[in-house]
Amino acid sequence: MKKTILLLAAIVSVLPLQPAMSAETADLLKTIKAVGNEGQGNVAAGKAVAELSQKDQTALKPILEAFRGSSPLSANWLRSVFETIADRALKSGKALPAKELQQFILDINQNPRARRLAFDWLLKVDETAADRLIPDMLQDPSPEFRRDAVARLVTAADAVKDNKQQKTKAIEIFQQALIGATDDDQVKTISKSLKKLGVKIDLQKHFGFLPNWSFVGPFNNKEKKGYFKTYPPENEIKLEAAYQGELGEVKWQKLTSDDQYGIFDIAKAISPYKGAIMYATTEFVSNEKQQVELRLGTPNAWKMWVNGKLLFGREEYHRGMTIDQYRVPVTLNPGKNTILLKLCQNEQTESWAQRYQFQLRVCKASGIAVPAANLVKTSQLNSNSKTNLVAGGTK
Amino acid sequence: MKVQFFSRFFAAVCCVSLFTGADWLQFRGNNANGISEETSLPVSWSDSENIAWKSPLPGRGLSGPIVVGDKVFVTSSSGFEQDRLHVLCFDTASGDKMWERQFWATGRTMCHPKMCVATPTPASDGKRIFAFYSSNDVICLDLEGNLLWFRGLTHDFPNVSNSLGMASSPVVVGDTLIVQTENDADSFSHGIDVRTGISRWKMSRPQVANWSSPTILRGKTSADDLALLQSSEDLIAVDPKSGEVIWSYDDGGSRIPSSTVFDGKVFVPTNGITALQPIGSSGPPKVLWQENRLSASTPSPLVFNDHVYTVNRAGVVVCADVKDGKVQWQLRLKGPFTGTPIVAANRLYLFNEKGLGQVVQLGGEKGEIVGEGDLGETILCSPAAAQGALFVRSDGHLWKIAEK
Repeated sequence: MKKTILLLAAIVSVLPLQPAMSAETADLLKTIKAVGNEGQGNVAAGKAVAELSQKDQTALKPILEAFRGSSPLSANWLRSVFETIADRALKSGKALPAKELQQFILDINQNPRARRLAFDWLLKVDETAADRLIPDMLQDPSPEFRRDAVARLVTAADAVKDNKQQKTKAIEIFQQALIGATDDDQVKTISKSLKKLGVKIDLQKHFGFLPNWSFVGPFNNKEKKGYFKTYPPENEIKLEAAYQGELGEVKWQKLTSDDQYGIFDIAKAISPYKGAIMYATTEFVSNEKQQVELRLGTPNAWKMWVNGKLLFGREEYHRGMTIDQYRVPVTLNPGKNTILLKLCQNEQTESWAQRYQFQLRVCKASGIAVPAANLVKTSQLNSNSKTNLVAGGTK
Repeated sequence: MKVQFFSRFFAAVCCVSLFTGADWLQFRGNNANGISEETSLPVSWSDSENIAWKSPLPGRGLSGPIVVGDKVFVTSSSGFEQDRLHVLCFDTASGDKMWERQFWATGRTMCHPKMCVATPTPASDGKRIFAFYSSNDVICLDLEGNLLWFRGLTHDFPNVSNSLGMASSPVVVGDTLIVQTENDADSFSHGIDVRTGISRWKMSRPQVANWSSPTILRGKTSADDLALLQSSEDLIAVDPKSGEVIWSYDDGGSRIPSSTVFDGKVFVPTNGITALQPIGSSGPPKVLWQENRLSASTPSPLVFNDHVYTVNRAGVVVCADVKDGKVQWQLRLKGPFTGTPIVAANRLYLFNEKGLGQVVQLGGEKGEIVGEGDLGETILCSPAAAQGALFVRSDGHLWKIAEK
């Protein structure tokens, strides 16, 4: 009887611990996720990190799950706690919860970066994880997983591309790889190989560059003052309208870029204006209301509006240009969306300061192109053509 | 009584550990002037000589190593978009990696191909590590790798960035971390509380890209220390606690090499080198001299034992008298150079971009190359000197160069 009472007492004393610990962990995670701009919440989060870091590896899963809804700032705080706990566990010879980590990695509804973090630590205790998991991640929401999957397919295709009897197979694997490829280096490698094999890729469509724009200008940007001035296109977009520009009356003119990367070279296609503002506008038809990124590349100062709303601008001249240089998130309306760019050229005379150009693409945050509803999908955009491919070859 | 004794003893120990010359706490060392008190650094090295260890590093990195006690800290960046930020800690004795923490960049990661996101050298106050990146993320860790705070300065102020990359290295002045995020658009400098990561102040700065680093003008006491911020339009002396501008020199400076301080005078890379004598809050500093022949390229100038040293684009070390800027000798080295030289035991240590370290003996009528060592990898950083050793890094490796 006495033993039973003691046992019951022990159970009662232990039972509340689990929910209490979970609640405590949840509170700590909530505090960490509350960090905001300019250091808001840092002090409380620092204490929460110190406390949470003392937990054992059973806290790893709730930490990973807490990435959902985290900000870029709080994600870094969460990451640090995860790594502190996992690192201590490994150094003290304790096992990481490999099965739980794998389950988390495979759950594509979880935060992509948290899944990759789990993967990185799973690899430390399970070297076979990459071979087991990566081949099925060609269309994963995580760019890093996709990149790894693409790299494996490129390696597989490279192994057979020089064998004439395997040409069809090489083309098939390269095309498959292209479905997941959004990083420019991988896309270049694949498209170059496919070109050698006689297959041409439409990179404009693959990346989602917008090729058709209307331009008006130049307006005055002497001494870079035009960046702050409001010219008529900022108030209304009427493609039939004429305005008083810097060099006389100006009207909208339509141009299409044939460049594979959708680059419009204003200096060559229109004129090498200096101290000038050009406006460019286009329409993007969206199938649905959706969150996308407008990714701009330009060496010129710029402002961007969508459906009349100013989204962002940057007064930087001639510090380089690259694909995806600027990422501007926006929610597109179903149907027609009007994009307006203000592109500013300064008056620098150096040879490296003469570029007047831009490129713009529409994609998901993952980098995968979002084609306009009025564009026809090409084969490399058709993700339904997936074949059974595994690491190192096909099956 | 006992409590008082132990608290004094503890304070003394802390002082020794915080300010010992054995550490190398930030870009150009504890006083941000490139001067080391080390006396036993080797003058030559090779695969078989004076390489204590060589440890692999992930990704890329132009940042210099820093040394706190028996730990050496390095930052790197990796990934296709270089958005993985690494902080690594190595044991100075063995070269074993003690810990590594990774973070994700919250700001832009675009850089000139020669640069990378891990270009700024981290800093330390002896208790904390402040890792800063081109993405304008500031990560504060304790010496064991525990996160104390995190700031995303581009996350806070989205137009703080540079499409060529940011390179300014932070410095610690008192209990304030001085961070310059000056660029063509929203251009700021920040004074951040080292304990909380919360800004004590943020000031608008000239809207021009700036890769130079802040430095320190020591006062009579540490409470009088000032932070010097250099831009193309000015050089300002700032109270680190309040952000108050104590004095300003309005002729501006270079946007790449940084000013240095010696014996209370400031040597600014502008018009060659301009030597300034601050007179406190009563007015702008007095111009002592200007010497156009002292043209500093990417490496910052260094002043030591009454001489000014610069490295020009041709890889020539130019030595001038600190009193009047008169050039005394020139010595052509094998260049080109990006990393700023350091000085120890009257010898200059310079690493060129190809990884060749060259040691120049100072003190005579001319400089003399007395030794060298080829690490065979691209080196664009400034070395750290601590614990009788040089620590230097490439993208791929961290070396300890020391006599065995």
